[in-house]
Amino acid sequence: MEVSFAITGKGYVILAADQNAARSIIKMKADEDKIKALGSHLLMAYSGEPGDTVQFAEYVERNLRLQQMRNNHPLRPQAAASWVRRSIADSLRSRSPYAVNILLGGYDMANKQAKLYWMDYLGTQVDVPFAAHGYGSYFALSLLDREVQKRLVISFPSFKVKVVDEGGVREVELDMTV
Amino acid sequence: MSIMEYNGGSVVAMAGKDCVAIASDLRLGNQALTIATNFEKVFPVTERIMLGMAGLATDVLTLRDRFRFRVNMYTIKEEREIEPETFAHLVSSTLYERRFGPYFIEPVIAGLGKGTNKPFIASTDVIGCINFAKDFVVAGTATDKLFGVAESLWEPDLEPEDLFETISQTLMNAVDRDAFSGWGAVVHIITPEKVITRHLKARMD
Repeated sequence: MEVSFAITGKGYVILAADQNAARSIIKMKADEDKIKALGSHLLMAYSGEPGDTVQFAEYVERNLRLQQMRNNHPLRPQAAASWVRRSIADSLRSRSPYAVNILLGGYDMANKQAKLYWMDYLGTQVDVPFAAHGYGSYFALSLLDREVQKRLVISFPSFKVKVVDEGGVREVELDMTV
Repeated sequence: MSIMEYNGGSVVAMAGKDCVAIASDLRLGNQALTIATNFEKVFPVTERIMLGMAGLATDVLTLRDRFRFRVNMYTIKEEREIEPETFAHLVSSTLYERRFGPYFIEPVIAGLGKGTNKPFIASTDVIGCINFAKDFVVAGTATDKLFGVAESLWEPDLEPEDLFETISQTLMNAVDRDAFSGWGAVVHIITPEKVITRHLKARMD
């Protein structure tokens, strides 16, 4: 029961993920951050099998950092997405696959474009204008297909929201009382 | 739930007179939920060969990369471009390597022979059993519908523009009857001179 959303706009991507850490019927934490900054202009929202998620996110984070240090240049969103997809796809046919679903949003400094990639635990990857994972996707995708979204009919109490644009990564406060 | 129907999508290829056509829909789904409507399933292999893949989307992407690698290696080693027949066997052996844990993909190959411009189309099953055809080949969740429409619309020796019309009508009418395919379509016509790519205006419901 996790949910994450992302939308691209002109020159930015905005990601939101719920903040619950729950197991079965017990909620253990309500302030978990499920969106990682993978670089100055790259964000990754992750959800899926508890344990796998953080493990995989940190693996990706450190590898992309290594890539940046070796080449003195960060990977562009497209390249980073390909690397993450390949990691998931290779893992899928291994002895213990990671079950992690990902939304990867980035701002490409080379061509001044915002990019969003939807990826699931199978290694399916697609470049989309808006995306969602979890039960929220059934609401959000149909809502966003209509191009406007007025409300999200889901009872998560809080969301972590982060934006990536030309200025880099930043967090925004979401007023949930509206 | 079949893994072959998890993401949905269909591909078709047809032979014409000194030309071939290959087309796919653009849907990427998670069972009944549509995730994206810009997922192309047909990829260029050389200037005159194209490969379409229907089935599990992750394997479509993995195999696209794998074939690109293998064709590049072939081109470097042989110092010439791969022929459609040879490429079909490359596809077949790549899939058969995973005989007991297959990639969940049914590939469709379309190309023109070197010099002769002989149209070549073929498809294989998930483990690489090749089906050479002289008329048309299909794959994906709308396979049965595609066979029906293609069987009645296709005729021998169609010129590029007529072949375009035939394959477009075949694909659109088939995927409109399939819940897991559709949401736009893309058609490629390979002629001796060039590849013509067109995006079709299709039903988006």
